[in-house]
Amino acid sequence: MSRAKALLVSAATLVFARRRRPTLKPGERERIVVPEAPAGYDAELVAIWLFLASAACAIGFVVVYALDRLPAHTQLLGLALGLSLAFLAAGLVVMAKRLVPNEELEEDYPEQEHTAEQERIAQVVEESGLTRRRLLLGALGAAGGSLGLALLAPAASLGPAIHMARFYLTPWRRGTRLVDEQNRPLRADEIEEKNFYTAFAEGADKERLPSSLVVVRLRRDQLDLPPGNAGFDADGIVAYSKICTHAGCAIALYRAPLFEPTDPKPALVCPCHYSTFDPSSGGTVTFGPAGRKLTMLPLEIDPKGFLRARGNFDEPVGPSWWGVRLKGPTT
Amino acid sequence: MIRGIVRFLDERTGSAPFLRKTLRYLFPDHWSFLLGEVALYAFVVLVATGIYLTLFYEDSTATVIYHGGYAPLQGHEMTHAYRSVLDLSTNVKAGLLIRQTHHWAANVFVAAIVLHMLRIFFTGAYRKPRELTYWIGLTMLIVSLLEGYLGYSLADDLLSGMGLAIGYSVAMSIPFIGGNLASLIWDGPFPGSHAFFPRMYIVHVLVIPLLLATLLTVHLVLVALKHHTQFRGERESERKLVGVPTFPGQAPRSLGLLAATAAVLFLLGGLVQINPIWLWGPFHTYSATNGAQPDWYLGWLIGALRIVPGFDLTIGSYTLVPNPFWGGALLPLAFFGFLYLWPFIERSFLTHDYGYHNLLDRPRDAPWRTAIGMAVLTEVFLVFLAGSADRVDVFFGLPYVPQVWAYRVLVFVGPVIAALLGYGACVELQRGERVDRERKRAERLARGEA
Repeated sequence: MSRAKALLVSAATLVFARRRRPTLKPGERERIVVPEAPAGYDAELVAIWLFLASAACAIGFVVVYALDRLPAHTQLLGLALGLSLAFLAAGLVVMAKRLVPNEELEEDYPEQEHTAEQERIAQVVEESGLTRRRLLLGALGAAGGSLGLALLAPAASLGPAIHMARFYLTPWRRGTRLVDEQNRPLRADEIEEKNFYTAFAEGADKERLPSSLVVVRLRRDQLDLPPGNAGFDADGIVAYSKICTHAGCAIALYRAPLFEPTDPKPALVCPCHYSTFDPSSGGTVTFGPAGRKLTMLPLEIDPKGFLRARGNFDEPVGPSWWGVRLKGPTT
Repeated sequence: MIRGIVRFLDERTGSAPFLRKTLRYLFPDHWSFLLGEVALYAFVVLVATGIYLTLFYEDSTATVIYHGGYAPLQGHEMTHAYRSVLDLSTNVKAGLLIRQTHHWAANVFVAAIVLHMLRIFFTGAYRKPRELTYWIGLTMLIVSLLEGYLGYSLADDLLSGMGLAIGYSVAMSIPFIGGNLASLIWDGPFPGSHAFFPRMYIVHVLVIPLLLATLLTVHLVLVALKHHTQFRGERESERKLVGVPTFPGQAPRSLGLLAATAAVLFLLGGLVQINPIWLWGPFHTYSATNGAQPDWYLGWLIGALRIVPGFDLTIGSYTLVPNPFWGGALLPLAFFGFLYLWPFIERSFLTHDYGYHNLLDRPRDAPWRTAIGMAVLTEVFLVFLAGSADRVDVFFGLPYVPQVWAYRVLVFVGPVIAALLGYGACVELQRGERVDRERKRAERLARGEA
């Protein structure tokens, strides 16, 4: 141990001390770095050990990487690399604090401004004569501006920016069956109270916002649909768009009261910003930031007992934009 | 040897005078000047780890059935994008380490920028002649927020998909043009066409990094041209800068900070799990998870979106301002607009100080600035806290609805209180110093008389 230490010190002294010795005889030239580098042999030794530890950890990283069978691979890799960098940082800090000359210098801030140069620039521009040719500059500006606009025009190809018809489009029409995530048609008698079902338009792309529904069954005495949604339920089963009208997340929470009347009324809640909708009254907002009621789909039960749409939604689906109230959904 | 290299370079570039100046450029020795450096080094780690991630990521939203090594998702339908991130996390050696380090680095990057900016604001470092540096820094902060959001959206897991739905809704909510803009960006209604993910990807890995690198370069060049600011001291003055030269003093410190930043990030990346996308599962527009929280730097936006009361501003059947605009667009617009305009506001209405400043204020030296800064900071912090009200409900049983009402009041009251407290504290501190100075003078006088 002590031999190794002695070796290291002598090696380091050889390397560093030789560098530090000025090549010219003292007195021949003034030093630029005024304070001499501190001798700091102890600090030097500490730094050397830290750098060696850093190297060891870096090699450890490669070893861990190469050994497939180690458990907790990510943790060991992170530890090895992190420690290697940490030792490197520590060594560099020892270097900065103890081994390099500790200079604190003064310097004048740069000039605030160069008045003469400013004047000369203005003069050159003026003497070019261009600034007097207003019309010419105006025309040049018009060319530049128009060209800029022209080059921006192809950006309109990115998407249908003018025609917003697709935003009103839904896959629902009278008779569309409700299916579950496995495309199995939903039967009215499998919809239970205090439960929450996700349904889709049969044959539609499930990822499109208007395709998905939340379906719940309420007791008849709970139902209080406004005139606009009268008859939208099928035997107490109501269906709403699953997409929150606030910020487009899926309504994923159903608060079915367990202890009436202590608990609040049934509510459909979006987990993003907690917009809360009342399924018994046509999807009105009872709390949270949503600015429109939840979109409702009229239902019916076909002779075989399957749930079907009895028409389209009462309003466009999903988050609001300037045109969301201008017209109803289309098929 | 050294002389040989220097001669080689100088003969071919003529850069010896410049290099000599650079070696002896002075850095004031104060810890708060290192915050910006931490951001810079986090950016270095981001670029390095990010390049590695691009070698594995697929930007396609075409779907596949998963038959990989992660059992719980066997047989699930998912996009190529999600599967590539899942494979990177579960199958690629060191893949998870690099991915988690990248994510942590993004969080630390933004945090360092924010702390750096707080220092700049409360010490008045943005004043003439450094307004350009300040505005560019501010722009980098905004761009970084977008960059972070795009980055975690690329994974196409359930959480990031919900984030995209919210981003889409905020875009839709912009008055007059929102619907068209969203349609343009997503190529139709959400979740958009197959073109959307490649767009997001190229913006995340090329456009914004290039922009950031350019802004960063200009930012640093501007700092160097006008030199660092400094706190007032015995030798420091408006004309004299006191500091440690780049070499040999500052270089090992700065490299040490680079290594330390990288060390913390890789330790976090290896030991502290972040965004376990295999637990969230693939995104479907019709799925959502409860307790969704974005990365910390977007927490203020989700808080703001949550506490706005539920209304759309309409004129007849024309929807002028859909609700998400208030919290998701107007708040950040107002906040960043305020920060951009602040140097003008301060000099035109508060200080009428058009002078040239190299010395920094302490917060107490400018009570108005401190008061207004505290008010704005408090506002943003309250809105940020509001974003965690649902978690407070779950963990501490404090009901959600009354909390939201409390925040709706607090966002108006809190900033006023903060401003009053800030102003009062500054005035008190100044008075304390004055008393101290007078006492010392009296003591000197007393000693002199004795």
